[in-house]
Amino acid sequence: MPGNIQSIERAAAILRLLSGRNRRLGVVDISGELGLPKGTVHGLLRTLQHVGFVEQDPETGKYRLGAALLHMGSSYLDGNELRTRALNWSDSLAARTQEAVRIGTLHDGQVLIVHHVFRPDDSYQTLDVGSLLPAHATALGKVLLAHHPYVAAELARKGMVSYTDQTICDLERLERELEHVRERGWAAEYGELSPSQVSLAAPIMDRRGLTVGAMAIFGPPERLLAARAPRGELLTHVREAAQSVSRELGAIPW
Amino acid sequence: MSERYVAAIDQGTASSRCLVFDRAGRIVSVGQKEHHHIYPRPGWVEHDPEEIWRNVEQVVAHALAEARLEPADLVAVGIANQRETTLVWDRETGRALHNAITWQDTRTDHLVRELAQRFGDDHFRERSGLPPATYFSGPKLRWLLDNVPGLRARAGRGEVLFGTVDSWLIWRLTGRHLTDVTNASRTMMMNLDTLDWDDELLAALDVPRAMLPEIRPSAETYGAAAGRLAGVPVAAALGDQQAALLGQTCLAAGEAKCTYGTGSFLLLHTGERPVRSSGGLLTTVCCRVGAEAPTYALEGSIAVTGSLVQWFRDNLGLIGSAPEIETLARTVQDSGGCYFVPAFSGLFAPHWRSDARGVIAGLTGYITKGHLARAVLEATAWQTREVVEAMIADAGVSLSALRVDGGMTANNLLMQFIADVLDVPVVRPIVAETVSLGAAYAAGLAVGFWPDADALRANWHVAAQWRPDMDPARRERGYRKWRKAVARTLDWVDEDDEE
Ligand SMILES: Nc1ncnc2c1ncn2[C@@H]1O[C@H](COP(=O)(O)OP(=O)(O)O)[C@@H](O)[C@H]1O
Repeated sequence: MPGNIQSIERAAAILRLLSGRNRRLGVVDISGELGLPKGTVHGLLRTLQHVGFVEQDPETGKYRLGAALLHMGSSYLDGNELRTRALNWSDSLAARTQEAVRIGTLHDGQVLIVHHVFRPDDSYQTLDVGSLLPAHATALGKVLLAHHPYVAAELARKGMVSYTDQTICDLERLERELEHVRERGWAAEYGELSPSQVSLAAPIMDRRGLTVGAMAIFGPPERLLAARAPRGELLTHVREAAQSVSRELGAIPW
Repeated sequence: MSERYVAAIDQGTASSRCLVFDRAGRIVSVGQKEHHHIYPRPGWVEHDPEEIWRNVEQVVAHALAEARLEPADLVAVGIANQRETTLVWDRETGRALHNAITWQDTRTDHLVRELAQRFGDDHFRERSGLPPATYFSGPKLRWLLDNVPGLRARAGRGEVLFGTVDSWLIWRLTGRHLTDVTNASRTMMMNLDTLDWDDELLAALDVPRAMLPEIRPSAETYGAAAGRLAGVPVAAALGDQQAALLGQTCLAAGEAKCTYGTGSFLLLHTGERPVRSSGGLLTTVCCRVGAEAPTYALEGSIAVTGSLVQWFRDNLGLIGSAPEIETLARTVQDSGGCYFVPAFSGLFAPHWRSDARGVIAGLTGYITKGHLARAVLEATAWQTREVVEAMIADAGVSLSALRVDGGMTANNLLMQFIADVLDVPVVRPIVAETVSLGAAYAAGLAVGFWPDADALRANWHVAAQWRPDMDPARRERGYRKWRKAVARTLDWVDEDDEE
């Protein structure tokens, strides 16, 4: 086929080779399989490693597919699937905390609400599944950004809107916050979208440990916070519920 | 102050579960175990009664251990069970004398046809509220009496006991032989007006009265449990769908719930009078709390709902999992004029036409898989509307909202469409485990843990609500087309078809 770039074809062949079940291969194996000189294979692998598409095992020196590639292919989970699997756990989170629950996924740099459970007080509420929330100004968004760091930089480039005087609009501050979120395993938002509301969120992970969504409770500061920090028991409920959904996603699909 | 709790045993078709609830009706812990299905021949489906009992003991132990509870922490235990499944056991040894014949089992096909021919449908319908069908326990019991060697003679001498799953569990828990009135109302042997075994029905089925359990209210203390629940009052039993109705706190005439699972079950509370259906629906006992007057319900089941989504996934392969049908359906605005009537083995309520077979009507070159996905989901909604209309006509009440539960309620597109075609709000409560909750509620009412129905209502909270939002002209046009599609399924099966 004229016009095809040979080195890309060869790189693709290497990736295909490595994509077999738990494949780890050395340079010699690969060059044997593909009938290419060792030097050429080595060069291709170095570049692939540089962009994060392959990783080298420090002990054996063998290569396997890299995390960046796995992220690209599979951090997508159908939102309707996520809701169906999360249904019981989100209900019991709402019952335990007496607050509204939302589950969100990342969609073009914003948080797409895929599931919403009403605050169980029988007040008039409207389902907002399908709506989009700003990622930098919600706990859901912070959890999702913390695990998709390149999206935060993109957001900053486009400019982050300030919704209240608490909104974080500065990339450096946001990145420090996201670092925190990664370390603690949860995120909080203190009136950053609307002054009368705060939210607490934890990540939902699939069986490879990739963050495919986030689960949060939303409510007024006087109910969710104590001494300006999230109430411990509420946080525990949120994290446990998100873990339960994560466990559920590790199971075999219907 | 130590909190106290109510336990529910939900002995279902696929698994046995034990859930512990607090006073606010919230789930405290869960134990669950699946059991085996035994298929001795095509169409026969049995369960092992001993396995069921063992599993019940295990899930109870698990639920108690998970919440670190002792029997003394429980005020009562209630039972909800798969309905109609039929057991016989030895009064002396307590051992089962045959596997349980489940409600899905169709071995009584011939027998049922014979009964209908000999006595007429109305003979059964007028007394029991049920037309002769393979689901119900009476014909299954008759099959056992006819086919298990020596059973009939021993039954006549009072040595053999019959029961549905509630009876089996109560017998093992308390040593008493009784059944609750909702389960008894599914046997085709109970008279709906006297709420006692009906001599004429027993004669028609040729079943000796000596083997039948005493019929008791759904909520009253039957006795104290032995074993892992030692000393806990066994205080309720209900068929699973009746339990779900109570768990949804449908407590007054005109309140209805639909459980959307593999198949779907719609029950409408009709108050203190049994409404005989002219639209092919079943009349059944809803609940009876202690000495209070019994309440009744109309029941319509829709055979093919979630299973149509499974069929779309497995047989057409257009989606990888059931929830993906919503994603596919949302790639288009509507069904493109396409209607899918899943009369895979005939039409059930309210049509009852066994000569019908499924159709996809309105196909044009424009139709894509997205339109088909819509049509699959819409079929569940249109079928709901047919059953609701028949119920409203029979009961003379109007529906102000439909309460829903079950796996398909995760589908927002479907729930919205149901609200649209029924023109009433569709409401999903926060505790999806309505079957277990209903059993817990009945037991809790029996022992005074909850003072009255209002206390239960206070526990019921909306998790999601879909409000109708469809132009009435579009709704009626759609329903008209649906009915035309239904008409096209009729008269498909011929005498000489090879089944
Ligand atoms: N998101 C969804 N959209 C449509 N159908 C669904 C969805 N999730 C589950 N289902 C269907 O619901 C059924 C499972 O519901 P469930 O209440 O667990 O059923 P059952 O108790 O009858 O086994 C399956 O038939 C499945 O196809």
